[in-house]
Amino acid sequence: MSEKKEYKVIGTRPIRHDGVDKVTGRAIYGADFQITGLLHGRVLRSPHAHARIVSIDTSRAEAHPGVKGVVTAQDLPAAEDKMADLGEGPVNLKYLCDNILASDKALYKGHAIAAVAATNPHIAEEACELIDVEYEVLPPVLEVRQAMEPDAPILHEHLTTSSLGDTEDKPTNIASHLQHKKGDIEKGFADAEVVIERDFVTGTVHQGYIEPHNATAHYNQDGQLTVWCSTQGAFTVREQLAEILQYPVSKIKVVPLEIGGGFGGKINVYIKPVAALLAKKTGKPVKVLMNRADVFEGTGPTPASYITIKIGAKKDGKITAAQTSLAFEAGAYPGSPVGAGAMCVFAPYNIENVLIDGYDVVLNKPKSAPYRAPGATNAAFGTETVVDELAETLNIDPLEIRLMNGAKEGDRRPDGPVYPRIGFIETLEAAKEHPHYTSSNGKKYHGRGIASGFWFNIGLESSVTINVNPDGTVNLVEGSTDIGGTRASIAMQAAEVLGIPAESVNPAVVDTNSIGYTAVTGGSRTTYATGYAAYEAAQDVVKQMKVRAAKLWEVDEDNVQFADGEFSSINGKEEQMSFRDLSGKLSQTGGPVVGRATMDPAGAGGAFATHVVDVEVDVETGKVEILRYTATQDAGKAIHPSYVEGQIQGGVVQGIGWALNEEYIYNDEGEMTNASFLDYRMPTCLDLPMIDTVIVEVPNPGHPYGVRGVGEVPIVPPPAAIANAIYDAIGIRMTELPMSPDRLLKALGKI
Amino acid sequence: MVRKSHIQTTINDEAVEFLCEPRQSLLEVLRDELHLTGAKEGCNNGNCGACSVILDGRLVNSCLVLGVETEGKSVETIEGLAEPDKLHPIQDAFLENAALQCGICTPGFIMSAKALLDNNPNPTEHEIRYWLAGNLCRCTGYDKIVRAVLDAAAAT
Amino acid sequence: MPTIAIPSLIRNLTDGEESVTVEGTTIREVINNLENQYPGTKAKLCDGDRIHPSIGVYINGVLTRVAMHDRLDADAELHFLPAISGGVSSDLYPDEL
Ligand code: FES
Ligand code: FES
Repeated sequence: MSEKKEYKVIGTRPIRHDGVDKVTGRAIYGADFQITGLLHGRVLRSPHAHARIVSIDTSRAEAHPGVKGVVTAQDLPAAEDKMADLGEGPVNLKYLCDNILASDKALYKGHAIAAVAATNPHIAEEACELIDVEYEVLPPVLEVRQAMEPDAPILHEHLTTSSLGDTEDKPTNIASHLQHKKGDIEKGFADAEVVIERDFVTGTVHQGYIEPHNATAHYNQDGQLTVWCSTQGAFTVREQLAEILQYPVSKIKVVPLEIGGGFGGKINVYIKPVAALLAKKTGKPVKVLMNRADVFEGTGPTPASYITIKIGAKKDGKITAAQTSLAFEAGAYPGSPVGAGAMCVFAPYNIENVLIDGYDVVLNKPKSAPYRAPGATNAAFGTETVVDELAETLNIDPLEIRLMNGAKEGDRRPDGPVYPRIGFIETLEAAKEHPHYTSSNGKKYHGRGIASGFWFNIGLESSVTINVNPDGTVNLVEGSTDIGGTRASIAMQAAEVLGIPAESVNPAVVDTNSIGYTAVTGGSRTTYATGYAAYEAAQDVVKQMKVRAAKLWEVDEDNVQFADGEFSSINGKEEQMSFRDLSGKLSQTGGPVVGRATMDPAGAGGAFATHVVDVEVDVETGKVEILRYTATQDAGKAIHPSYVEGQIQGGVVQGIGWALNEEYIYNDEGEMTNASFLDYRMPTCLDLPMIDTVIVEVPNPGHPYGVRGVGEVPIVPPPAAIANAIYDAIGIRMTELPMSPDRLLKALGKI
Repeated sequence: MVRKSHIQTTINDEAVEFLCEPRQSLLEVLRDELHLTGAKEGCNNGNCGACSVILDGRLVNSCLVLGVETEGKSVETIEGLAEPDKLHPIQDAFLENAALQCGICTPGFIMSAKALLDNNPNPTEHEIRYWLAGNLCRCTGYDKIVRAVLDAAAAT
Repeated sequence: MPTIAIPSLIRNLTDGEESVTVEGTTIREVINNLENQYPGTKAKLCDGDRIHPSIGVYINGVLTRVAMHDRLDADAELHFLPAISGGVSSDLYPDEL
């Protein structure tokens, strides 16, 4: 793996193919879609965090002028309490449907109760006010430790704790318990010379994409349902609609429009089935848009958590044992990312004795949804803070202690599997050599922190077809929605194979009737897996074109070779022809060439990152200023370095927001009191410096160009890195997120 | 039905007439009545800047302006920026710097940057960050956006 | 013979063994032989004739969506890890951008 391959297209920085449409305002995002006869839908949401729905009377709304239809949970096919496999893991159908429109109970403020379609959005909104809902208000449960108490109010009367071990009969809010155990934890701690143990609390945060959820649905007279929307996965939407509406996939077409951010939050469906129900009821196309408060209150945040971490080490810094308990808020229905958190929590380190317990806990908040490396950021906040404290206690450089314990190829992960070639150590070395780390940072109230992070990345299915044009360009058809420049990174992989410029590939993202199954744009998989499919589809084109060249030259096809965009004949005849020229001869040699490939690659190759941050703490106001930030990350191979840097910078800044400002603030009734961009304060450009990136390239053996996913891991280290920097600045360990000015002032004893 | 008002205004240097309800924002008018969907709705209450347009030379959040308020005024939107065969230098700079990922914030940032450069052709990095603080981007971390605006300033 | 890493929560069924080797050339054979050796294990890992939907199977460290008839190398190492229940978006298949 050491020799550097020479590439013509990969590693360059072409202008993205969808760029002009996006800088001129011409690109069509979900909310921009128009169709004749369109009605507008609006959803009525629960004002209570926990309430039994006694009755819903829609008659006044239906009578309102301009209203064309009203739907409630009664309009959904009766959902069974069964597990459906949506290609992405199991899901309980009853829970899935109840989250779309509540049937018997409202489980969070903002829970959808009913929806109206009308001739314009204002009328639909007015009509929502005319729906009479009688609630029996119940006490809410708003914090994970409270929800786990034996006498806590129960959300689901039939929910019992499931785990591989024994299942209890008693109703509870603890939906599941999982465990990983390696070695002998007691012996590990007995062998330790220093043990650090701390508790951590992280707040509820939102993905914060700028584009609210949207959907337009239409049922044709022949029963064909079409849904135009922005989503991370058109096929995933199709599967969810099929289950929720009990409708055959063959009668559903999902058309993915441009998407304004997702970060995991646009995989689950919310208003798409509602738009379909309204379309069915009215016989007209219906567009449903969320407003910003709906997005905060009605769509998946990522969970708050309570985490305990205990790590023991020898005096030389060698870690002997690590133990953790992770309790994650799933929200109203089971399914927090605690499983992923449990697999990531100690993943960067090679530790002999480990015990990890995880709990998935329901309470009265919106059902959690994935958010960029789900679960890993919460977990790393704990681990990386404790590792920092270990280093400090033992007087070892924080990078050195990580280098000493860092996981390498062949080490066994705490949850069992053995690592293939990974690049954690390389990210640490890159940080160590960086001028940021070697610079001095001695001013009063200034501090420096470092932290590392791990994320798995995934493979899953992707399909690509490539149509060769007579002028030597190709049209590439794919099913992965492009959230951050993946049209370019996928097209570039095909271009590299075909020996043509990136600009000679026209990528198109198409609907579910027009390409083979393709899983979500998520899990940092798109450039890896869809890119792999593009590579294979391009190889298929080359194979077919060799046959054409052989025909033209009257040689055996085994005697045609292809390199650097040129076909040539070996053995005897001296013939040569460029990809472009041969493309012009397809009609004489047998007709069009279409390359195709489907992939479900297994070797996604994990991603590691190490971050260095300098902060200044204002001890009068409690405000933390980011002075300098450097992120090193193993990208395997950066196809389009600008967009890799962009992923890293974007993830870092989301992590900074999570660390310093962002959280759902609840009152005692369980109402979110800051459901706007003004009050849920995400970082602006004025809050930040430039974000320096160092792309380390340890090729992933599971991809022809060595690609590893890059999108998720950069959000993992920032909260811990910033906490460690704050400690360096003022000598106080912050163990609760966000580390907002009021928490800082409390910690400083000023309020 | 609310009675609609008849408004005469100028949009991207063209005289435009439209009918709108008094409660409709300029953003709604642009998007739903005139089908100029380049301005985006991210929050509808002035906090994200995705709907930024220039009204009589001043940068505004079009979600906070009523459609009827544009009577006799001049509105510049993202759709009016490029020439038929050439992008505006700010648009070019955004593409060259990879200053967009999902792109939903991009029209707002570009209009905001234009309003800045129209008044201050050589802003410092800090001035750019200060001016653009009313525009939210969740994808990029702003680094490449700030660089794009610096480049656009240098190019004009 | 393939090696199976036993999830900690069912090690009570395998006399505390952390991993065991069993005969078998397919996942089905391996699980059936494990059941013969350690009764009760199959019911934990399977839901009828398929892998339990709440479990992810790793073959040689790689998450694989396996079917019971999938073939295994003689030296394969299997892990049964939580696939995380509940969400449409089970946590291993989440977000990117
Ligand atoms: S939509 Fe106008 S500022 Fe957000
Ligand atoms: S590029 Fe997505 S919000 Fe800015």
